[in-house]
Amino acid sequence: MPEYPKPAWDFHGGLHIDDHKSESLATPLREAGIPTSLTLPLQQHIGQAAEPVVQVGDEVLKGQLIARASDYVSANLHAPTSGRVVEIAERPIAHPSGLSAQCIVLESDGQDRWGELPEPIENYREADPADLRERLRWAGIVGLGGAVFPTSVKTNTTGRVIDTLILNAAECEPYITCDDRLMRDHPGDVIDGALILQHIVSAGQVLIGIEQNKPEAIAALQAEIDARGLNEMRLVVVPTKYPSGGEKQLIYLLTGIEVPSRGLPLEVGILCQNVATTAAIADAVLRGRPLISRIVTLTGEGVTQPGNLRVAIGTSIRDLVNEMGGYTAQAQRLIMGGPMMGFALGSDELPVVKGSNCFIAASREEIPDPVSASPCIRCGECVKVCPAQLLPQQLYWFARSRDFDKTQDHHLFDCIECGCCAYVCPAHIPLVQYYRFAKTEIWASERERAKADHARRRHEFHEARLKRLEEERQARLRKKKEVLRKKPASGGDPKKAAIDAAMKRVAAKKAAQRPPEQSQGPEQAPEQEKEA
Amino acid sequence: MHFPVASSPHLQGGNAIRSVMGQVLLALVPGTAALWWYFGWGVLINITLACVAAVAAEWVTLKLRKRDPWPAVSDLSAVVTAWLLALALPPLLPWWQTVLGSVFAIVLVKQLFGGIGYNPFNPAMAAYAFLLISFPADMTHWLQPSVLSGETLPLQQTLQAIFQGTAVLGAQWDAISGATPLDHMRTELSRNLMISEIRQSPVWGDFGGLGWEWVGNWFLLGGLFLIWRGVISWRIPVSMLAALLLVAGMFWAVDPETHPFPAFHLFSGAAILGAFFIATDPVSASTTPRGQLIYGALIGALVFVIRTWGGYPDAVAFAVLLMNMAAPTIDHYTQPRVFGAEGKGNG
Repeated sequence: MPEYPKPAWDFHGGLHIDDHKSESLATPLREAGIPTSLTLPLQQHIGQAAEPVVQVGDEVLKGQLIARASDYVSANLHAPTSGRVVEIAERPIAHPSGLSAQCIVLESDGQDRWGELPEPIENYREADPADLRERLRWAGIVGLGGAVFPTSVKTNTTGRVIDTLILNAAECEPYITCDDRLMRDHPGDVIDGALILQHIVSAGQVLIGIEQNKPEAIAALQAEIDARGLNEMRLVVVPTKYPSGGEKQLIYLLTGIEVPSRGLPLEVGILCQNVATTAAIADAVLRGRPLISRIVTLTGEGVTQPGNLRVAIGTSIRDLVNEMGGYTAQAQRLIMGGPMMGFALGSDELPVVKGSNCFIAASREEIPDPVSASPCIRCGECVKVCPAQLLPQQLYWFARSRDFDKTQDHHLFDCIECGCCAYVCPAHIPLVQYYRFAKTEIWASERERAKADHARRRHEFHEARLKRLEEERQARLRKKKEVLRKKPASGGDPKKAAIDAAMKRVAAKKAAQRPPEQSQGPEQAPEQEKEA
Repeated sequence: MHFPVASSPHLQGGNAIRSVMGQVLLALVPGTAALWWYFGWGVLINITLACVAAVAAEWVTLKLRKRDPWPAVSDLSAVVTAWLLALALPPLLPWWQTVLGSVFAIVLVKQLFGGIGYNPFNPAMAAYAFLLISFPADMTHWLQPSVLSGETLPLQQTLQAIFQGTAVLGAQWDAISGATPLDHMRTELSRNLMISEIRQSPVWGDFGGLGWEWVGNWFLLGGLFLIWRGVISWRIPVSMLAALLLVAGMFWAVDPETHPFPAFHLFSGAAILGAFFIATDPVSASTTPRGQLIYGALIGALVFVIRTWGGYPDAVAFAVLLMNMAAPTIDHYTQPRVFGAEGKGNG
């Protein structure tokens, strides 16, 4: 492997793990076939679920919008192939807790006919950044590195100056090679997308951070940069160390800048995007194509032919495995994402979504069954490897005893859940699970508190209103009493006067219409209180 | 097809408590062998007695607590505790005191608090203190190192002495036993002797107690092995020994005739063993990087204070136990700077 100069900065901790990348890189990129049925979850991104704009029975064309962003933080969804909408209903999705969610189920007609697409924006350098962002929004592009945050929102820098655009090409998790494959085979798309992004956020320079275990991808990108003579774009090779692809870790490796605790890279003038996202951006801007497919790694000893495929979103994992020759006898576990941060799937009858970068059908040797945990001996191995420089053993202790205030004192929310602590723990404690538990408990109690605050404010407002009305009533009564007290002095009984007036009105009515029977509505007493 | 699910991360590095404890035991071998060389079979008999008693006590307690004893017993932590306790005991201590100490360490100090990971005090040192307070005469009557007495007690006589009492040795007992160098220094100083006069005694070697100094060196070797293997951090041993040297050096510089030379403190008692093997017990020590420096330094300073002005010459156990109490507070005030927090970088 070639030697690269060491970057000036190195983040704390991290792990050197067997990367298991060669297995899925032995074969070239393949195009997966279009399955007969595709399941498209309405929520494949962070934010609000998309709203369907098609109905059951509709015929749709490839690339046609089938669900639109329902909010600012939301994403469009397009038909990955032509066919008919057969159902809009709850379907099981790839979710850590095995939940179901609303999906559009599409039956493909096998013709893969494109619908009408927007004009390509070839000359993007002349285009208004807002128009380009609108194109990304239309294309339904979200962060493809796994965070699936809508890219049009992330690139809206709201007036902040972006000095540096960072392309995350680290792909630091073991087994995953989809970005490596993309960079080797389509370096031009990656660079095009980066240049478009650079124009959108008017970044001064572009840094591409890549781990040194990808010499072919490094060479391909470098050749592309050299061929175009891009002086503002620089490839930075970083040592292979998990989690160098963590956003804050990569930014530190490349620039020496620490993104503030619980802050965004935007605050320090940096925007970070994954390379698969930039390739999708190039597709949307230069070819007018929405995000309807992605490269997925399928690997592990449990699959017959490990490799990378370009897959239509909505294809089921089962179809994907069949494309690659099916399972081997060793297939014991199924993981979506990497073995460190990905989650285990209970079934393979789930659709590929925009965020699916990798599926690992693992043997028991690759991913052993969890062993039972022993008590923490506070050995501090976790402290040595924590890239966020936390005290995982203390966080564990507080999370376990439900002392959530203490977990926040110990910066629970700076935890990126990379799993380094659990990897090295000699007591085999599932530490990350405790941190997720503590985070969700805190979120739940914050929601509860917000709800209680709202109810309390409503109650207080209600009480205040009742009190005000009561005071107003009292004030009116007082005024009336005063008037009554004053009236006798000026002569005449008001009650008698009122009765006289009523009698007069009755007499007048009688005289006016002289009916066979006397009809008379209930007379309202003039003193009657009226309240709103 | 259906698959079992579990929480991420799905990989485990293969580290285990048993391997941590196993490496500690391995690191104890050179120092233990040196002790055996200088003090004879009693050292090994004590270790055997203590280990058997500790494992049996742990097994029984866990059965009474209705837990599966195997995972706890097989993690070797009870063996480490017993081994460390045995190293601190006089080589001819009556067998039942060794057993009692070992059972005390496992049952009262460890299991009653919830077992491994939950004991606020170092079990070996708590048991040592318990024995020292309960049986001060037996606990301070050490053998002379063989280089001094010129003879090693044969295995059979050692066994007899341990199981039937030292009386069976008769007059020989007086010839081969004596105070530890620390005790010796203490007694002589209290008789208002000058250090230069005390140093005339044959119990002193080149930089510590004769024989003892080499035991310390072999434990140092084991300690360096543990640091190299990453089992312990350098922080506690280095800060403890540095603080001990610094404080002792200050007093020695002011008055070298009433304060022993700094190397004496390092190589005459349990300072090296304590720094690398006892103060570093992760469960009862401070766990933050800065906290470990403070924790170690205060132990070092306390060792000097207790040796110089305290009631017992053997100070490491008490210093460690006192600092065990302070560890949670130290941890609270020494949280490291989190990545991205205000303050200086992580350079």
